Amino acid sequence: MSATALEARGSSERLLNPWVRRGFGIAALASLVALAIVGLAVAPPDAVQGDAQRIMYVHVPAAWLAYLAFGVTSVSSTLYLWPRTRALVWDRIAGASAELGVVFTSLTLVLGSLWGRPVWGVWWAWDARLVTTAVLFFLYLGYLALRRIPAAVDVRAKRCAIAALIAFVDVPIVHFSVTWWRTLHQQATVFNPKLDAEIHGSMALALWLGVLAFTLLYVYLLDLRYRLEVLDEDRDERELETAIADRVRGAGVPTAPGAVGVSS
Amino acid sequence: MNLFQEAALIAGKDLRIERRARVVSQQILPFGLIVLLLFAFALDPDRGVLRRVAPGLFWVTVLLATLLAISRSFGIESENAARDGLRLSGLDGSAVFLGKAAALALELLVFEALLTFGVVVLFDVHLAALVPLCLATAAATVGLAATGTLYGVLAAGIRARETLVPVLMLPVVAPVLLGATRAWESSIDGPTSDAWPWVAMLGVFAVLFVGIGMLAFGPLLEES
Amino acid sequence: MPLVVRLRSAVCLLGRFPALAGVDLDVATGEVVLLSGGNGAGKTTLLRVLAGLVPLHDGEAEVLGVDLTRDRRSHRPRLSFVGQEAFAYDDLSVRENVRFAARISGRTDADADAVIDELELAGLADVRHGRLSTGQRRRLGLAAGLVRRPELLLLDEPHAGLDAPGRAFLDGVLGSAGREGTSVVIASHELDLVRPVASREASLVNGQGGGTLTGSPDGSAAGEVRS
Repeated sequence: MSATALEARGSSERLLNPWVRRGFGIAALASLVALAIVGLAVAPPDAVQGDAQRIMYVHVPAAWLAYLAFGVTSVSSTLYLWPRTRALVWDRIAGASAELGVVFTSLTLVLGSLWGRPVWGVWWAWDARLVTTAVLFFLYLGYLALRRIPAAVDVRAKRCAIAALIAFVDVPIVHFSVTWWRTLHQQATVFNPKLDAEIHGSMALALWLGVLAFTLLYVYLLDLRYRLEVLDEDRDERELETAIADRVRGAGVPTAPGAVGVSS
Repeated sequence: MNLFQEAALIAGKDLRIERRARVVSQQILPFGLIVLLLFAFALDPDRGVLRRVAPGLFWVTVLLATLLAISRSFGIESENAARDGLRLSGLDGSAVFLGKAAALALELLVFEALLTFGVVVLFDVHLAALVPLCLATAAATVGLAATGTLYGVLAAGIRARETLVPVLMLPVVAPVLLGATRAWESSIDGPTSDAWPWVAMLGVFAVLFVGIGMLAFGPLLEES
Repeated sequence: MPLVVRLRSAVCLLGRFPALAGVDLDVATGEVVLLSGGNGAGKTTLLRVLAGLVPLHDGEAEVLGVDLTRDRRSHRPRLSFVGQEAFAYDDLSVRENVRFAARISGRTDADADAVIDELELAGLADVRHGRLSTGQRRRLGLAAGLVRRPELLLLDEPHAGLDAPGRAFLDGVLGSAGREGTSVVIASHELDLVRPVASREASLVNGQGGGTLTGSPDGSAAGEVRS
C-alpha cells in the first residue's frame, strides 16, 4: 500500500471530539453574549471617543484572530512541508485557518473603518498597522486563490504550503518597512489609535471577553471547516476508487482525459 | 558541473532566446513607456505633480512589466514540454532557479535603464545621488526577479497562471515597491542619507528571496 | 543479467485518473522491449513513470538501480526520454537546441554537431525550431535524446510523424542498442516495424499488463505476456 493511501486512511477525520466541539461552540456563544452585555451596557463610554470606542471590543479581538489564524496557517504549512511530519491534516488545517483568517481580517478592516469615521473623520488612514493588515488581507486572498486550483491534493498542498510560508516571511518585512515609512512622515501622531493606552475595569473586561469569545469561536469554526474538507476529500477518494475499478474492468473510461486541470 | 555553471547554462539559454525573440525590447519596453504616458494623461503634467511622484510611477511600471516578463519567462518553458526537459536534464533545481532569475534580472535591468531615460525626459526628473540610486535599483531588481521566478514556477502548469501570479506576488513585493520608491526619492530630492536604510532593506529582501527560491524551486518544478 | 527496469503492480494517477492500474515490467540490459497497446492504454504514462516524471501511487519500481518510490530524480541523467514533444525552444535553432541538450548532460558542442550530422539535420542547423516540420522536429527530439548517450532510452511513438531519414537512423539505433549496451523501451503502434528488432513485447490494456522475464538465465527468451 502506498504512503499516500496509508496516510489517507490513518489521518484524522476531525480535530476535536464532537462533544468538545459543541462545548467550544456553547462557550463561544456564551462569551459573545457576555461580551455584548459588558461591551454595550456595562462598560462606560470613552471620555474622548464616546460610544464609538465600543467598536474596539470587537475590532481588537478580530485583529488578534486575523493574526492568530495566519500564524496557525503558517505553522501548519511548515509541518506539512517538513518530511517527518508531513500529513494532510496540516494542509487541511492551513486551508481552514486561512478561510477563517480572511474573514476575520475583513472584519478587522471594516470595523476599523467604521470606528475611524466618527473618531478620525476618515474611513481609512495610512497608519502602519492598518496598511499591514490590508496587505495581510491580500496575502490571504492570494493563498485562497491558490487553494482553488484543480490539482491533486498533495500537489496543491505543497504549493499552498510554500505560498503560505513565503507570506509568513514577508509579513514582518512589510510591517517593518511600512512602520518606518509612516513614522518618517510624522503623520502617525495624528492618527494614533491609542490602543496602547491604559484601560482598566469593565473596559478591560470587555476586551478580554472579546478575545476569549473570538478565540473560542475560531476553534469551533476551524473544526467545522476541517470536517468539511475531509468530507470533500472522501468524496473525491470514492470517485477515484470507482474510476480505478472501472478502468480495471475495462468499462466506461476508454481514454485518459489528459492531466486534469494541470497543463503545460 | 557546479551550481553556477549549471545556472549559467540556463541563464544563457533564456538570454539567447530573448535576444532572438526580442520580447522585452519590442513589447515590454514600449508597454512601459506607454504606461508612463498614460500616467501623464491621468495626472496633471503642468503642476510638478509628475515630477514629485515620478519615482512611484517608475516602480509601479516596473512591477507591471515584471509580471509580463515572468509570464514570458515561463511561457517559453510551456512550449514543447520544455519543463519536462528541464526536469529530465538532471540539473539541480537551485541552479535552474538561479539561472532563470538571473536572466530575468538582467532583462529587467535593461528595461529599467531605458525606462529611467523615459522618466527623466517625460517627467523632468533630475537624477542626483547615483550610487544609492543604482544600488537600490539593483537590490530591488534582484528581489523582484527572485520572487517573480519563484511565483512563476509555483503557478506553472496551472491554467489560471496569468491571473494567479499577480494576485500572489504583488502583496509580497509591496515592501520592494515601498523601499525602492523611497530610495529614489531620497536620491533625487531629499537627504541622500535617508536612502541607505531602504537600500539595506531591499538587500535583505533580495537575499531572503533568492534563498527561498533556491530551496523551493526544485520541488515546485517537479510537480508542475 | 542485471535488470535495468523492474516494475511490480505499478499504479499511477494522472490527477484523479488511474492511468496505470497494476503493471509489471522487466527490462534487462541491452534489451529492446516493445510496449504495445491501444490508445489510452497507459503506454506514455508508463514511460513517464520510468523516467521518474510521475510518482507511483502504489507498487514497486526500480530503474537503473534506483528505487523510484524513494528517489525519482537521481537516475535521470542516465536516461533519455524521447516523446511526442522535443523539449525544445521555438526561438532557438536546431544547433542551439541540440547544443543546449548536450551541455546540460555534460557533453560537448562537438558531440552535438556529430549527432546533428548523423540525423542529417546539418542543412537545417540554423533554422529555428518553430519553423521546422513535424518530421524534422521528431528528428531533433531524437538528436537531443541521443546526444547524452543514455543507458536507458525511452521512446514514445518515435515513428509517428518521423520522416524517412529519421526512420533510417532510428532503425539503426534500435538495431545496435543491444551491442552498445543501451536498453530501450519503445512504445509504438508500428508493430511490424518494431517487432523484428525487439527482443520482447509487453502489452498494456486499460492500464494493466506489461511483461516480466521468467526464469531464463540470459534474459533473452520471450517473456510471459500478461494482460
